[in-house]
Amino acid sequence: MRRDVFQAIADPTRRDIISLVARNSMTSNDVAASFDVSRQAISKHIKILMECGILMIDQQGRERYYSLQPKKLAQVAEWIEPFRTMWEDKFNRLDDILRKFKSNKHGK
Amino acid sequence: MASKNPTKIIAEPGKQELFIVREFEAPRELVFHAFTEKDILVQWIGPREMSMRYEKFDLSEGGSYRYIQTSSDGMEFAFHGVCHEHTPPERIIQTFEFEGLPEKGHVALETTKFESLPKGRTRVTVQSIFQSVADRDGMVQSGMEHGVVASYERLDELVETEKIK
Repeated sequence: MRRDVFQAIADPTRRDIISLVARNSMTSNDVAASFDVSRQAISKHIKILMECGILMIDQQGRERYYSLQPKKLAQVAEWIEPFRTMWEDKFNRLDDILRKFKSNKHGK
Repeated sequence: MASKNPTKIIAEPGKQELFIVREFEAPRELVFHAFTEKDILVQWIGPREMSMRYEKFDLSEGGSYRYIQTSSDGMEFAFHGVCHEHTPPERIIQTFEFEGLPEKGHVALETTKFESLPKGRTRVTVQSIFQSVADRDGMVQSGMEHGVVASYERLDELVETEKIK
């Protein structure tokens, strides 16, 4: 099965887990306490997030704390970037056209 | 020329829609005009590396459009759609389909809104709703191909200028 950042963020519960853990590193119990779904379901999501490389573990004594790998999420922004650049390029040309229109109006 | 107005793309993971948001230093009537006049559209709506022509152009309600983009090596890409609403200078609602996909029927619904901002400025928001997340993601990814082609062309230009030196 696909295990990348897009798979990680495809599910709404996983997106919520990501934003929770982004604020504070927490144990899986802490994460489960914030949701209305079963502990098993949360464990499964955490497992997927681990496999996607989004979460990392910090072992403190007997407790395992999960925290975010922010570099991985940056890939999402990079995915959109070429599409954004394409539109930016078009809109920059439109800016020039609009500028000409405005100056023609003033000129006449 | 580079602009201080950023182009924002909002494409939340797992959703079938995407938004393109951009502000312009021109009044709403003028921006609407630039989005709906054939002679102006051909100057900017296609990717930089392609020439473009309209084969059909009727943006009135119930009308339709079809345009063809041609790359420098002669490849043609056609797009068409029908016009559901045309309300100057506020809103356009159209369908959009790329004819080059392996199968027919992957249509998107596009709503373009024009908002007046203070100081004679305008905010344009394009919302595209696709039939599936895969359709939307495919559309976003097509940007990658354009991006690659465009950057190669820019590289060519650079190489050319270097040669002249």
